[in-house]
Amino acid sequence: MYKYDHLDNTLVRERAAQFRGQVARRISGELSEDEFKPLRLRNGLYLQLHSYMLRVAIPYGLLSSSQMRALARIARRYDRGYGHFTTRQNIQFNWVSLENTAEILDDLAAVEMHAIQTSGNCIRNTTTDQFAGVAADEIEDPRPWAEIIRQWSTLHPEFSFLPRKFKIAINGAPNDRAAIAVHDIGLSMLRGPNGETGFTVWVGGGLGRTPMLAKPIRDFLPGADLLSYLEAILRVFNIEGRRDNLYKSRIKILVSALGIDRFRDLVEAEWAHIRDSALRLEGREIARIRARFALPPYDANVDSGPFAAKRFEDAAFARWSAANLFPHKQPGHAAVTVSLKPVGGIPGDMTADRMDALADLADEYSHGEIRVTHRQNLVLAHVRQDRLFDLWRALDSLELATPNLMRVTDIIACPGLDFCGLATARSIPVAQRLSARLAEIDERHDLGELTINISGCINSCAHHHVAHIGILGLEKAGAESYQVTLGGSSAKDASIGKIIGRGFGADEIVAAIETIIVTWLELRHDGERFLDSLRRVGQTPFRDALYGQDSRTE
Amino acid sequence: MTLIDYRNENPMVTDDAWTHVAEDAALPTDRPATLSLQRWKAAREELYGRNLSLGVRLESHERVEEILPDLPRLALIALDFPNLNDGRHFTTARLLRERYGFHGKIRATGQVLRDQIDPMRRCGFNEFELAENKDTASAITAFDEISVVYQPAADAQPTAAQLRHRQSGPTMAG
Ligand code: SF4
Repeated sequence: MYKYDHLDNTLVRERAAQFRGQVARRISGELSEDEFKPLRLRNGLYLQLHSYMLRVAIPYGLLSSSQMRALARIARRYDRGYGHFTTRQNIQFNWVSLENTAEILDDLAAVEMHAIQTSGNCIRNTTTDQFAGVAADEIEDPRPWAEIIRQWSTLHPEFSFLPRKFKIAINGAPNDRAAIAVHDIGLSMLRGPNGETGFTVWVGGGLGRTPMLAKPIRDFLPGADLLSYLEAILRVFNIEGRRDNLYKSRIKILVSALGIDRFRDLVEAEWAHIRDSALRLEGREIARIRARFALPPYDANVDSGPFAAKRFEDAAFARWSAANLFPHKQPGHAAVTVSLKPVGGIPGDMTADRMDALADLADEYSHGEIRVTHRQNLVLAHVRQDRLFDLWRALDSLELATPNLMRVTDIIACPGLDFCGLATARSIPVAQRLSARLAEIDERHDLGELTINISGCINSCAHHHVAHIGILGLEKAGAESYQVTLGGSSAKDASIGKIIGRGFGADEIVAAIETIIVTWLELRHDGERFLDSLRRVGQTPFRDALYGQDSRTE
Repeated sequence: MTLIDYRNENPMVTDDAWTHVAEDAALPTDRPATLSLQRWKAAREELYGRNLSLGVRLESHERVEEILPDLPRLALIALDFPNLNDGRHFTTARLLRERYGFHGKIRATGQVLRDQIDPMRRCGFNEFELAENKDTASAITAFDEISVVYQPAADAQPTAAQLRHRQSGPTMAG
């Protein structure tokens, strides 16, 4: 993985010291809360309902085992012994005090970590495929490019005060595992006619109040031009983007107001000016960064016989293997998803003890590397197949082996009203109750791939619009009301879910989701995914089951 | 009123020699003065040949493209920041320096905190009027806080990538 040189190190340490000064000026009263807010946000510090929360950057979701141990120490020393992994492949500490933040940042800097731009109206952590570098279907490893974007976007002087936050995702395989269609900029890698690296560039995707899928702005962007093209898009956005209304200030609104063709014209005109500037990437810098993502030495002669035998002998192991393993480009290896979604648990939460234990397992089984996924799980990406059974047993004893990746209990949930100052409803307790209930149904009926995401307000941090079943917690007349959308997807077949009807109360929502699933089971073809059945039959049977046929409006 | 003058890479606190002339006030005859964009556009012809340093103030929504032909006549452009969230003039300053070749002073005015002046400097600003009640004297250390830059901007500072490969000549990506 990327290793800092003295320049990277210096910047992160200086930024930590700078923030220490900003905190001190807030505590002394020199800065008002209004002045401090945009400053603390761009360093990941939120004021939540009960406490400050610090969001730590995990660039493109990649962690070393020693970084994981540092997170565990922080969780113990400054929080209540746990952390929360987010849909942007970052981690949040929910119970920190303002006074401690400077120390936490120093601790992070010591292991090449920081909280830079994890919030605020600036360019956020670039996200990518959790299987980058090892996926069998990959065109090229996107992580060096994500790192190039990280460096360019870090403390960018021109784009530190944008109209709104800005999120970039990059995917290196034909199958989209980075949800590029719902990002401000989505990059998908491809090869040009002479085998050179390039990107198809998408712009203007996003969720929130006005969900939209990104539109293609450039079919082929040569790798060397990546930064100049990003800079051109950001510059057009910085000048033209709206600042009068929080909900209309994302780039998706600008793109749809101008139309993609007009927007493209503006970007291309800007790009023509800066394409041949110092932003042009030099081959040796690309090579330097690529070299830092070299894959670990694999054993070419792993015997996969024991793996097959154990699956045959042990049904629980077989079930986990079927759900949580991903095909690896190196024969005899697998990428393992470590579920942070125990049945009835809080999605994405992890105790400090489990962090330490997982760091040990990463050292033992996966070359000391851990990845965070945008589904709020972890990945050990380089495991020998002949050691999978031992790893599984170790994970199982830590309650980290729930066999549910992309299944109905792999629920994505935002912190909601339990923590978040913007929330209109709780999301965590709904996720816990749903998980407990749906685990039973899944056990009996093998529901296959079915994603459920729950957001606690219209900001849609849990991406409910792109879940097969999305749940949005709103507030209606002083009570929580949960709106259900069906048919979203963030994969290659990306789509925005459609609202099924009126919302459900906190005491009704679990039964409503159960009704949807029971209805589906009656019309499901053998082995069919929920999403495919829904696309086949449409919403009507579900609406009838939820609201009765009398309520039909079509 | 004092301001920070970042001249020759050396920040110092100085007294402001300029007057920001209000919409209906008379132009001073003995001091350099800035005008609003409106007033400048109305008066630019009659001010021709006047032996006085002049500047234009641009609000955050006003575009420098409106005064491109006038740039050689202007000694100062003041770019206003109405609040901490409106960053449009970071781009304006870079365009002035890097695209339009403006060599005069670019001044930041409005809600300017010490926390913004270093990125502003990198975009081409060289004068800073801090927000009311902010301590100008202590703010000049803000330029020393971050010594590494990752991206090229309007300043001459070599980027991290340039420093890393300084030993040999440039090569392009293949
Ligand atoms: S979706 Fe709303 S409630 Fe949930 S974390 Fe985001 S802002 Fe908070």
